[in-house]
Amino acid sequence: MADLFSNTSTFDDSRKPKSGEAELQEFLMVEKQKAQFNAQIHEFNDFCWDKCMDKPGSKLDSRTETCLNNCVDRFIDVSLLITNRFAQLLQKSAGGM
Amino acid sequence: MAMDSLPSGNLSGIQKDELMEQVQQQIAVANAQELLTKMTEKCFKKCIQKPGTSLDSSEQKCVAMCMDRYMDAWNLVSKAYSNRLQRERNRL
Repeated sequence: MADLFSNTSTFDDSRKPKSGEAELQEFLMVEKQKAQFNAQIHEFNDFCWDKCMDKPGSKLDSRTETCLNNCVDRFIDVSLLITNRFAQLLQKSAGGM
Repeated sequence: MAMDSLPSGNLSGIQKDELMEQVQQQIAVANAQELLTKMTEKCFKKCIQKPGTSLDSSEQKCVAMCMDRYMDAWNLVSKAYSNRLQRERNRL
C-alpha cells in the first residue's frame, strides 16, 4: 500500500521560501486539500465496494476494476447533474418572484 | 481548522517544522484508522455469514483476501478520482 498515504502527485507541493506565517498557511491549505481528497476516496470506496465487489478473490478482476472506475465517474456525473439542475430550479423559483 | 488564530509569528523554524510534521503524522494516523474501520466492517460483512464459536480458517483466508482487495480498490478509486479531477480541470 505504498501509494496509499502519499497522494501528493495531484497537488502542488513545491515549497518556495516564504515568511513563516505564509508558509504555514499554505502548508495547512495543502494538507487540508489532501485530507479532503482522502476523505472523498474513503467515501467512494465505501459505496463502490458494495456496488462492485462480489466475493473477494485472489486479485481484482477486470470486471470489478471497470465497475469501480465507472462507479466513481458516474457518481461525479450524478453529483454534477443534480447540482446544475438544483441551481436551475433555484434560479427559476427566484425568477418567478 | 482555525488557521488565522495560529500564533505562528512566535514559532521558531524548528518549532514550525515540528508542528508541520505532527500535523502530517496525525492526518496519516486518522487516514489509517478510517481505512481500518471501513475494512473491518466491509470484510466482516463479506466473509462472516454466520458467526461461529471461532474464526475458522476459511473465514480467516477470506478476510485476508478481502483486506488486500479493499486496498486494491482504494488505490484504484483514488486513481479514478484524481484522473477525473484532472479532466475536469483541463475542461475549464
